[in-house]
Amino acid sequence: MKILKLLPALVLVAGLTFTGCKPKDADIKASIEKSLKESPATAGVMVMVNEGVATLSGEVADDATKAALEAKVKAMKGVKSVQDNTTLPAPPPAPVQITADDPLTSAVRDATKDFPEVTATVADGVITVTGEITAAKWKTLKMALDGLKPKRVDGSALKIK
Amino acid sequence: MALQDKYKELTDAATAAGISDLLVREQDGVLYIDGTAATGAVKDQLWDIYGKTDPNFMAGDLVLNVKVAVDAAVTKVKVTTESSNLNIRKGPGTDQPIVGKAAHDEVITLVSRSNDQWWLVRTDDGEEGYAYAQYLTPVE
Repeated sequence: MKILKLLPALVLVAGLTFTGCKPKDADIKASIEKSLKESPATAGVMVMVNEGVATLSGEVADDATKAALEAKVKAMKGVKSVQDNTTLPAPPPAPVQITADDPLTSAVRDATKDFPEVTATVADGVITVTGEITAAKWKTLKMALDGLKPKRVDGSALKIK
Repeated sequence: MALQDKYKELTDAATAAGISDLLVREQDGVLYIDGTAATGAVKDQLWDIYGKTDPNFMAGDLVLNVKVAVDAAVTKVKVTTESSNLNIRKGPGTDQPIVGKAAHDEVITLVSRSNDQWWLVRTDDGEEGYAYAQYLTPVE
């Protein structure tokens, strides 16, 4: 029975303890957020704080920014440790390699050998195909030409039978 | 970005089909899709979608370079010309002298695929040289 009487008090104490902790994490979070906003390089980073552990997420511009940010947050008041989940932007894809005209011309000559009904010329990486051809054969030829890494294949002047 | 929207069905299908080393890049008004398909059927499926989006491939705004994966263990290829014999040449190029011929539907030995367009092959008669890969189909 005694314990039942004590229960509300216990709940109150527990509640106070938790609410007593919360503002602290929230304060840390607020001050980290403030410092994140100060630099455009880290403006996109988000932070969560739980019992003094700051978890960073989002994207940073480069490795140096990432390291500097982690060190800075770690040194901030109330931060026990930093979980750095920030990511670096994906590297841009390598530019498309276009075959030079000389090797491309000979490759086109090889590819069109069995297509006497068309004429193919190469200029600045663009293969221009003219003549009259069936849709099925043009598809086969276009497949072969696309495999030669041209800039593009121009068949707009073709007559499809 | 407009081109990527135009060919979205194609790139979605390529992703769904599990094209390996898939690379979709847009450069100077042309969309380049590169990758390797597990089977010829997957490659055909992609080309069918391409043909649906751009009938008869007239727009010239897409270079679809999807190769078909060839198992490293494959050593035999079949000559899949329309009906004619396949020239076997001394080097990789139609300007190279012809050193032999393989008959239509003949199964020959694949020696090397170091060149995408020209595969080094050997016939049962021992003639060795380069044949145009488009007319060769790997056999299991």
